[in-house]
Order: sequence, then structure tokens, then C-alpha cells
Amino acid sequence: MAPRFEGVDFYDTGSLLSEEERAVQATVRQWVDERLEPVINRHYLEGKFPLELVPEMARLGFFGANLPEQYGCAGLNNVAYGLIMQELERGDSGVRSFASVQGALVMYPIHAFGSEEQRQRWLPKMAAGEVIGCFGLTEPDYGSNPGGMITTARRSGGGWVLNGAKMWITNGSTARVAIIWAKTGALDDPSGIRGFIVPTDTPGFSARDQQGKLSLRASDTSELVLQDVHVGDDALLPHSAGLKSPLSCLTQARYGIAWGAVGAAMGCYDEALRYAKQRVMFRKPIAGFQLQQQRLADMLTEITKAQLLVLQLGRLKDQGKATPQRVSLAKRNNVNAACDIAREARRLLGANGILVEYTAMRHLANLESVYTYEGTHDMHTLILGEEITGISAFE
Amino acid sequence: MKIAVCIKRVPDTETRVKIAADGASLDESGVKFIMSPYDEYAVEEALQRRDKAGGGEVVAVALGPDAAQETLRAALAMGADRGVLLKAERIPADALAVAKALAAELKDGGYDLVLFGKMAVDDYHHAVGPMVAELLGLPCVTAVSKLELEGGKGVAEREIEGGVEVVEFALPAVLTAEKGLNTPRYPALKGIMAAKKKPLEVKPPALGEVRVVAAALALPPERKAGRILGEGPDVVPELVRLLRTEAKVL
Ligand SMILES: Cc1cc2nc3c(=O)[nH]c(=O)nc-3n(C[C@H](O)[C@H](O)[C@H](O)COP(=O)(O)OP(=O)(O)OC[C@H]3O[C@@H](n4cnc5c(N)ncnc54)[C@H](O)[C@@H]3O)c2cc1C
Repeated sequence: MAPRFEGVDFYDTGSLLSEEERAVQATVRQWVDERLEPVINRHYLEGKFPLELVPEMARLGFFGANLPEQYGCAGLNNVAYGLIMQELERGDSGVRSFASVQGALVMYPIHAFGSEEQRQRWLPKMAAGEVIGCFGLTEPDYGSNPGGMITTARRSGGGWVLNGAKMWITNGSTARVAIIWAKTGALDDPSGIRGFIVPTDTPGFSARDQQGKLSLRASDTSELVLQDVHVGDDALLPHSAGLKSPLSCLTQARYGIAWGAVGAAMGCYDEALRYAKQRVMFRKPIAGFQLQQQRLADMLTEITKAQLLVLQLGRLKDQGKATPQRVSLAKRNNVNAACDIAREARRLLGANGILVEYTAMRHLANLESVYTYEGTHDMHTLILGEEITGISAFE
Repeated sequence: MKIAVCIKRVPDTETRVKIAADGASLDESGVKFIMSPYDEYAVEEALQRRDKAGGGEVVAVALGPDAAQETLRAALAMGADRGVLLKAERIPADALAVAKALAAELKDGGYDLVLFGKMAVDDYHHAVGPMVAELLGLPCVTAVSKLELEGGKGVAEREIEGGVEVVEFALPAVLTAEKGLNTPRYPALKGIMAAKKKPLEVKPPALGEVRVVAAALALPPERKAGRILGEGPDVVPELVRLLRTEAKVL
């Protein structure tokens, strides 16, 4: 069995955490070591999400953990929530993605834009892992520009009829419920975008897994087709209004991703350091060579910066001050740093670094998805550019 | 069913410890502390017994510094109902002094069962549980690896040299837990939040007279570096010779 993960905390950021926050981190860390690590490689190679872990993840409270207790959630603050994402992604980005989608992209909008009845109906079951959700925003022709979407929702009798296609939808084929974003007005009017809670067994709804992924293999990614899908009026999220509604979900998920990426980086660094100390070449451990020391020093530096960044972002979020732009900066920086760290870790490991027995290459491949989804690195650059200059480069 | 479970805050078995300037205690700076792992089995057993009995109370008791509240809250997060900290700046090296304080706390509690880990992983005493049993005048079964309770009676299995011993006893009783008794649960996140709201009483311990003190602590000698004799079948005789004469493992 792999050695127990002891954490990477050069600046003693643990001392900035409360006792509960540390306890949450300890639980998830131990769970990842004992339950996820032993099975993740097999799932990764088979290209499947480890669905059998869902009941325990739910029992421990990993889903929607920062939502209120009255809906069966753990009611944690945002730092504790971030620590869950960090530890999960140390295990695997696909497993963290599952939790992000369930919590930040499905439970969050039901909580934020749903009626009290919708919250009561869905949130406890989702927290308990009995209902898995997915989030359908991206379309084949609308990725970075979701406002251009062509999926429509039209009034029909007392309800709605949805038509369109969604692509790259995490959990799409396993979900029992989908949050579908669709235009209720003219196609050139993003202010008519509304969210719908669509049970995936509704006639006309179909999901098909996308094949041939070389990244995020332990996560199901699907194409959704909605052909004359009739839903009642109670499917509409009554408080959703325009593109800003799905974007606010993305802000929640991106926040978790900014934490998660640090976890993947910590895992890679930990593995690289162990390996460097034990791998002997030219009669000494490769850790004794300046080039490898530079690799390790760069990794630790970037990890430490990223940790401080998300911790302060989390404190701001708890005070209601984590603006989307602040979240963009953290997602952009931390995922990019994690990509670099994973790549350098893989290289430090030499030939072993391409094997699934070591985590670096799996993290490296995974992080390429993380770099792209939830707003590509480039889009976050532009969001920051607009924030800094007041001039949008993309609108 | 009313169950007390006595738990101890100990340094994480995987931290490298340093000896403090006084030469007789640990330098605690930078050391991560955990619940002694055998105590986790005791807590888990207590929770399972309570739930199986359909009710009752699990009280976690610790003797230790203020920081041991964190250890108690870990037990509360797992599901214990309340905690009691017998607050002592230092845990005496005298097991009997500790046992007397715990026994005084437990004496009038009306417990059906008092559980301990079979030993604390820091001092290896294996002593406090049986001493408390003695002080309370209760039957004691140590290193329990399997347990059945039925109508005021218990049957426990103990792993002994070369086999298993099955013992019967009457409740109330004091038991100490061996590894494998159960699988301790993870403290769920909701449990961690709930633990904050559960009662945790802090009071001074009625410590017994301390007649044993730790005079000095020393770290084990550094392990010598390994030696590579060579490769292939030719070196096997030399390897066997050294395993016999030097390492003395054959
Ligand atoms: C594994 C995985 C899971 C996903 N899960 C989900 C999900 O659950 N739900 C969901 O709705 N979506 C999901 N997505 C979709 C994801 O959010 C999109 O892939 C992402 O928004 C990028 O869109 P695109 O792939 O169409 O790229 P495009 O938008 O086509 O971008 C292609 C390239 O052009 C660049 N680019 C685009 N516009 C500009 C510009 N204005 N200026 C400069 N450069 C630009 C981009 O940065 C990128 O490099 C997932 C994606 C992946 C890979």
C-alpha cells in the first residue's frame, strides 16, 4: 500500500485552520488514502468513474458540503469545503469533478435558484448520493461562449418543451437529474437563459458517453440530446435569470477547482520527492543533483503560493467577498501551476513516470481537462484583463 | 446501554519526535497529535454497542492537557454523546496515578461497559485499563479482538500465542481493545460539525500519588545503512552467513 500522505505545508498554513477545518481535512485525506487510492488506477484505465464509492462519499458528507444542514448537507464553511476538494483531487481530478458537479453545479443552483419545494425534493437525496446530477451548459458549438447556446425551452401547455444538444457533460450518463440551461426567448438574447431540472428518464432525453478520452478517464463525460422533452412548470428554476445564473454556478465550481488543483500538485510533489530521495543514479540519490533540487524547489514554491491564495480566497468567500474575478485569478493560477508541477514531477520520475503505478502522468493528463473546463485558462486571462482595464476583449 | 470509553492523545506514530531540553519529555512543537489508534477501536465498539442496544450513552473520557479536547471532539465527531476532560498539564508517567483519576471519574457513572485501547502507542503501558478495572472492582478482559454481549453477560475472544482464548464475563466490565475488533469509522463531516455542539466537560483530575517519573528519554540508535553484497547466486552463501552471524535472524 502507498505510504500515508503526510501533507505538504511549508508555510504552516495548517495553523491558519480551525480545529473543524483540520478535522475535515484529516477525514478526507484518510478516506482518499484508504478508499480511493487502491481503486483509482483500475478505474482510470477502464475509463470509468468509481461509482461504488458514492454511498460512502455521501455518508461522509462530501456532496454539497457547504450547503445548509436543513437539506441534509454538512453546513461547512467555504475553507472546509475547499479542503475537501483539495484532498479529493490529490486522489484524482475525476473524483473531485464528480463532487464539484454534484455540489457546486447541481445542488448549488437548486439551492440558489430553486423554490423551497424544489430544494426539499432534491437536495437531501443528492446529499445522500441517492440522486446523481449533471450540469448541461456547454454545447457542441458553444464552449467558451455559452451565451450563444441554441438549446431552447418553449412554453407548452402548463409546462415547457426543451430541444437541443449538450456536450462534454460530466456525469451525464449516470445522472438521474440534469440541470439544463436553455433559451426561453430569442436566440440572440442571453438574458432569456433559464435553468431547468430535468429528470433524465423523461422521454426525449438521451445521454451517450464520449469515447476516446485521454484525460479525466475516471469520470464519465457525455453528450446529451434533448428532443421534444416535455417537463412541467415545476422543472423551471424560478429564480434563474439570464446567463449570469449558470455563470454563478461556475464561480462556485471554479472556487473548488482552485483548491483541487493544489491537491493534485501536492500529490505530485510528494511522489516526486520520495522518488528523488530513493532513486540512485551515478551513485547518489537523484535528489542530490542540483537540477532535481530546482525542480522540487519550484514545485514547493508554487504549491505554497497556491495554498495561501486559496485560503485567503476561502476566507473572502465566507465574508461574501469572493468576486468571480478573484475566483478566476485563483483557478487560472492554481490549475496552471498544477499542470507545470505534474509535468515536472513526471519528468523527474524518468521512465517510471509514464506508468500508471505512479500518479504524476495521470494527474498531468487529468489537469489538461481542468485547464480547459470551467473557463479555459485563456478565458480567465480575459476575465482578469477586463477586470483590470475595464475593457472586455471578448464581448 | 451506558458506555465509557477512555481515550488518549498521543503523538502521531508517523511523526519524528524530538526530545525536549529537560531530556525527559517530548518536544511537542510541530508534532501532530492523534487519538491513540487502539482507542479508536474502543470508540467504534462503544458506538456500535450503543446503537445495537437501541440507545444509551457513550461518554468519552480523556486525561491530558487542554489540547486533548481536540481528541475528545474527534470521538464526539465519530458519534460519542459527550466528553469529559480531566485536565492535567502533563500526563504522569505513573500509570496507577492516571488509573486512579479515571476510576474516580467513572466510579459513580453507572456504566455497563468501560472500554480502553489495549495500550497507548506512546508509552506502551498496557496498564491503565486493567488498573482501572481493579480500582473499580470490575472484571477485566484485555486485548479483545471479538466481542458478543447478551443479557448482562459477555463473551470475548483474545488472540493469544498460537491460538484464540474465549472468555466469559459478567457486566459491568472493563475491556481493552485489540486491533481488528472492528473497523473504526471516519468521522463524517456532519459529525465534525455536530461535535462542536456536544457537551464537553473540563475538570481537574483526582490524580493518585505519582510514584513513578520518567527520568530520561532517549531515541533509538540510528539504523545503520544497509549493505549490498553483490548480485547473483554467488553471493548467497555469504548472505546466509551474515544473516546467521551478524543479523542473527536465521
Ligand atoms: C472533461 C470535461 C468535462 C466537462 N464537463 C462539463 C460539464 O459538466 N458541463 C458543461 O456544461 N461543460 C463541461 N465541459 C465543457 C467545458 O466547460 C468546455 O470545454 C470549455 O468551456 C471550453 O469550450 P470548448 O471546448 O468548446 O473550447 P472553445 O471555446 O472552442 O475554445 C478553444 C480554444 O480557443 C480559446 N478561445 C476561445 N475563445 C477565445 C477568445 N475570445 N479569446 C482567446 N481565446 C479564445 C480557448 O481558450 C481554447 O484554447 C467539460 C469539458 C471537459 C473537457
